[in-house]
Amino acid sequence: MTGPVLELQDLTIVPTGSGAALFPPLSLRVTPGELVAVMGPSGVGKSTLISAIGGHLDTAFALRGRVRLEGTDITSLPAEARRIGVMFQDALLFPHLSVGDNLAFGLSPEIRGRRQRCAAVEAALDQAGLSGFYERDPATLSGGQRSRAALMRTLLARPKALLLDEPFSGLDAAMRDELRSFVFAHLRRIGIPTLIVSHDPEDAKAGGARIVTLDAGRAR
Amino acid sequence: MSPAQRRIARGAALGLVGAGILVPVAAGLWQTTLTAFGMVPGLSQTGPSLRPWRELVALPGALESLRLSLVTGLSATLLALILSLGLVAALTTARRMRLARQMLAPILAAPHAATAIGLAFLIAPSGWIARLLSPWATGWQVPPDIATVHDRAGLALILGLLVKEVPFLALMALGALSQVPARQQIASARALGMARAEAWARVVLPQVYARIRLPVFVTLAFSLSVVDMAIILGPSTPPTLAVAVTRWLQAPDVMRMMPGAAGALAQLGVMLLAMLIWVTGERALAAVGRALARRGARRSGTGFGLRVAGGLAVLLTVLGLLALMVLALWSVTWRWSFPNALPQQWSLRLWRDGAEGLASTAGATLEIALAATLVALILAIGWLQAEGPRARRLSTLLLLPLLIPQVSFLFGLDIAFLRTGLPEGWVAVVWGHVLYVLPYVMIVLAGPWRAFDRRLEATAAALGAGPVRRLIAVRLPVLLGPLTAAAAVGVAVSVAQYLPTLFLGAGRVATLTTEAVTLSSGPDRRIAAIYALMQAALPWLGFALALGLPALAFRNRRGLRGGVE
Repeated sequence: MTGPVLELQDLTIVPTGSGAALFPPLSLRVTPGELVAVMGPSGVGKSTLISAIGGHLDTAFALRGRVRLEGTDITSLPAEARRIGVMFQDALLFPHLSVGDNLAFGLSPEIRGRRQRCAAVEAALDQAGLSGFYERDPATLSGGQRSRAALMRTLLARPKALLLDEPFSGLDAAMRDELRSFVFAHLRRIGIPTLIVSHDPEDAKAGGARIVTLDAGRAR
Repeated sequence: MSPAQRRIARGAALGLVGAGILVPVAAGLWQTTLTAFGMVPGLSQTGPSLRPWRELVALPGALESLRLSLVTGLSATLLALILSLGLVAALTTARRMRLARQMLAPILAAPHAATAIGLAFLIAPSGWIARLLSPWATGWQVPPDIATVHDRAGLALILGLLVKEVPFLALMALGALSQVPARQQIASARALGMARAEAWARVVLPQVYARIRLPVFVTLAFSLSVVDMAIILGPSTPPTLAVAVTRWLQAPDVMRMMPGAAGALAQLGVMLLAMLIWVTGERALAAVGRALARRGARRSGTGFGLRVAGGLAVLLTVLGLLALMVLALWSVTWRWSFPNALPQQWSLRLWRDGAEGLASTAGATLEIALAATLVALILAIGWLQAEGPRARRLSTLLLLPLLIPQVSFLFGLDIAFLRTGLPEGWVAVVWGHVLYVLPYVMIVLAGPWRAFDRRLEATAAALGAGPVRRLIAVRLPVLLGPLTAAAAVGVAVSVAQYLPTLFLGAGRVATLTTEAVTLSSGPDRRIAAIYALMQAALPWLGFALALGLPALAFRNRRGLRGGVE
């Protein structure tokens, strides 16, 4: 399969002002369309790892090692220039924008013209089973609807890699299954490297993911 | 931008904001000090000498003024603290809390001068209260000869300060209370055999107090050095130190300037002394509290005291609302002679006749307020956007102007302007107002700004939005409620300023406040009432807009409604 490859090279995270890394250096190659699940005990720094790869690392931490996307070193690029999509546990739709405008916020600027952009958003809403939701207030959506809208918003930005930070853990069991199959179906379709952080082994299994375990002692 | 450049840009932003606030304070204090020690080349005084201080002590009433300031300032602050805590302790239900907020808001927003004028029209021997009770209850056909305003002990001034400061401290305490798990703690204390009020006083109060200590010191500094309210309500022979100093510094005889500056420094000394007394009192009370706790005392009478204080605070709130109402009454009065309870003849004629002057003064006031608020908002956003953990600790320094008596450095700041060739007038006045608007804007904005969910910005960045777009398209709109609230507070603070306008405007800048203070000693209550009412109306309008705009903008956004207090 051709497409972007996400590479981590000896990556670790050190709290500023302390010498001890959260976990041993991690090297990893995620190929296009591949899903890698990062598992590990809570507090080991799984979410921090995701932030570091996306460029959202808090100033309380420093990153060591390199992150490469499509062969380019993006370690020192700001988040907005990395083209790495992120989905957090809460869908984090912008509360001041309508559902449709949330999607339009991320829609790649390569799509021009008011009508084309509007059509692209409507099409994405259709795919997410949210037809006719353009003007809706995000606060009135159900948890599953919100997550689906957030995924479509992320994908409309045409990311070259995707990071999922516990994307299903806020939902009840039935909703979780439904959303899992929705998300993984989309991932297979677009074929970009994806990292998922989760404490639920079901997530990895459902997505057919390769599993990497983070451990304060060692990374395997 | 590389990380290094970003660090430099952030440092520059923090430095600029800090310098904009701290340099004027430092320069003002320095020039005041030079003048106080007779180093004024312009008046061929080459000091350093102690002559200004000897002249100060020799000025009639100087020492009495000093004593008066200390007594009125300390008692007003202490009483305001007790009454506000009593009020907050009594707000046990959501309904009471809502009612209290609604009642306190108009008083809190009204400038000190307007409130003082209304209060004077209420409690004066010929005031509304005397009119309502006469002659049927008092037998007075003419106003009695009792000094209920401008009394020598400064009781009217203390009352005026209480009317304004109790709402301020009560709202601060309410904010602090929300950070304390009061309900559970009171339940545990009651299970140990303490009555509810006693439990509040002994368990919740110390935690609330620790969180409102800074506002208490702001109240102390303000009460010790207030000028406009002290002119309107306070004693006149001699007046409080801040009023006396203001008069000496504004005297036609320029040689009065040096003892005046010495008095301005003495005012700073009074503030430090009062703080020392206050902190000593804090320690003593804390020791008493600990001793009670160790003895396992279940009753100490503090609970009862708190309930009395709450009752008095309610009374005071009613007084404040009546004071604002009497302004409205007098503003539409044509003839109202003693002892009629209401005007005999009503008229809008004075509004009509004075409309032009009133509109231009109100316009000038609003211009200054909007300019100062805009500058303060930009500075506050710049600071908050640039701050890291270290700058966050330093941000308390931005509140410094609130802790230093205004007379102590504003006069010196005016001299500094003259010496450096910067023009007095409009720009200087706006800058002077920013010194007081910025701290309050920070108080309102910092909490919501720092509590903002950073993952929203991370999400926007992952969608390709750069720092400018993240600020303008995500953070600012989501924080629209706190931003408009901060702007309304800023306008209210600016409209209330008296001394910065007086000193830095060089007599050329007139606002509703300076006019109202001047008119308050004039013969015509109707005109004074019109100006005072207008002065209060501007902040009210601001708060109405601050509530209305986000509600309108977010009428279809459930996630953002109810975010504004």
